[in-house]
Amino acid sequence: MSTNVDLQNNIEKDYTTLNLGPTHPATHGIFQNVLTMDGEIIIKAVPTIGYIHRAFEKLAEHRPYNQITPITDRLNYCSSPINNMGWHMTVEKLIECEVPKRAEYLRVIIMELARIADHIVCDTVIAVDTGAMTGFLYLFQAREKIYEIYEAICGARLTTNIGRIGGMERDFPEIAWKRIHDFINEFPAMLTEFDKLVTRNRIFMDRTVNCGPISAERALEYGFTGPNLRAAGVDYDVRVMNPYSSYQDFDFKIPVGTQGDTFDRYMVRMQEMWESLSIIKQAVAKMPKGEFHADVPEFYLPDKQDVYSKMEALIYHFKIVMGETEVPKGEVYHAVEGGNGELGYYLISDGGRTPFRLHFRRPCYIYYQAYSEMIEGGMLSDAILTMSSMNVIAGELDA
Amino acid sequence: MSELHDNLLQALEERFPGAVISSGDERDFPVFHLQKNQLIAVLTFLKQEKGFNFLTTMCGIHYPEQGDLEFALMYQLHNMVQNQRIRFKVFMPKSQLDVPTLTTIWPAANWMEREAFDFYGFKFTGHPDLRRILNMDEMNYHPLRKEYALEDAGRDDKEDKYFGR
Repeated sequence: MSTNVDLQNNIEKDYTTLNLGPTHPATHGIFQNVLTMDGEIIIKAVPTIGYIHRAFEKLAEHRPYNQITPITDRLNYCSSPINNMGWHMTVEKLIECEVPKRAEYLRVIIMELARIADHIVCDTVIAVDTGAMTGFLYLFQAREKIYEIYEAICGARLTTNIGRIGGMERDFPEIAWKRIHDFINEFPAMLTEFDKLVTRNRIFMDRTVNCGPISAERALEYGFTGPNLRAAGVDYDVRVMNPYSSYQDFDFKIPVGTQGDTFDRYMVRMQEMWESLSIIKQAVAKMPKGEFHADVPEFYLPDKQDVYSKMEALIYHFKIVMGETEVPKGEVYHAVEGGNGELGYYLISDGGRTPFRLHFRRPCYIYYQAYSEMIEGGMLSDAILTMSSMNVIAGELDA
Repeated sequence: MSELHDNLLQALEERFPGAVISSGDERDFPVFHLQKNQLIAVLTFLKQEKGFNFLTTMCGIHYPEQGDLEFALMYQLHNMVQNQRIRFKVFMPKSQLDVPTLTTIWPAANWMEREAFDFYGFKFTGHPDLRRILNMDEMNYHPLRKEYALEDAGRDDKEDKYFGR
């Protein structure tokens, strides 16, 4: 901390420069903001980002298509299955591959579980930042259950690398179905408990209502998407606007807020968790029979037994593992509704083994620009709360 | 050609003759290649009169083998009311990387342009704060250009020539 010492002026008019971050425990990630403070009021905020930049766009230009999936895990690592599915669907769009209904429904279940996990992190952290640790501890058990479902499906918990180009790597095993049913039964009570603990709490409401608001016009100009845009009152959801993976088969609502403040962002996420749960129930109930992956042998690894006994399977296995699959030329953009907004993949293929150019439209990279405008004129403690309610994930921000 | 493409092309040619160099449909997206000096006028017109109020994304692209069309910027707009998405491209040679800024139309363009400057070296004229954003300030090259290898070619601690390094 440093103070501008200017004895000529009234000491109370002096501004203090405060470094919030890069490694501050309250910012939940590596974000630096250089704040100019007048007492406890923020006059000016200058954000610096890029502390965990890992050159994903450059890396992607040097990797075969199936090896890019693990990169996408590390974008928004609170909901990596959504990123994985978004990438698979982008490549499927490029190679014009039709995915069977069952695979799409399986994907919907995983994506909605991931959305719930993402919203749990964000909403409980808002509660922690207002001083309510208990709700966080309670609801994180539900997140743990979701991670156990991932584990049963793909073996991993955080960076899932789930699914393959053309469908899923395997059908859900028995244990995964059991855990999904358990989750559907247990989650409503857990979420209701959290809701009762936090939402109408006097301290929580005093802290969050009218904290870090943004108007709908301003949010659109700043490129907001996802729950943050919906909290400002715009009902834009990629799942409805450009349905992918059979989302048009499901019946769900898009919750919207009015003020665009921290409380609205919190409430939109709470409602979305109920909607996601309803989508999961519908998908489980309507689950079609059939194949869980498309017939794209150039992208989908053959059965190991076939690799040992069939020439064709051996060739495809070799081509996929060595990354020598040929891909048609073209340019595609595919967007999915990620945990915190429209996650887009802009892919240019020149027909080679790797993408010619891959650009990630990372939602929080685009809307985090508005952060300084949202906190200027407010209190320092509100700035912390605004940041957690925006759900800025460092991995996605810095790509 | 899609209906959206034809309607927009007609509107643009009436209003800005010669601004569209070429156009077509790329899968589900109408794509327009624009003259650089008409970029701001066209995008302002689309935002104010055609309802394309949302700048979805933009990024730079490097085509090292295209001579005068070596560098490109891609812009994607979205009309959220009618759910139409369109894409624009502006090409330029390496010697003329100056592009008018979009920050006057969409504040969201601020960091997107800083990213394009950081990784490709586009100079956005009129940008309020054109600094590097993801790389460190001391860096003296623009890493997403195709001439830069993924890893330092002088490294000798890795011998993995079969797996694409």
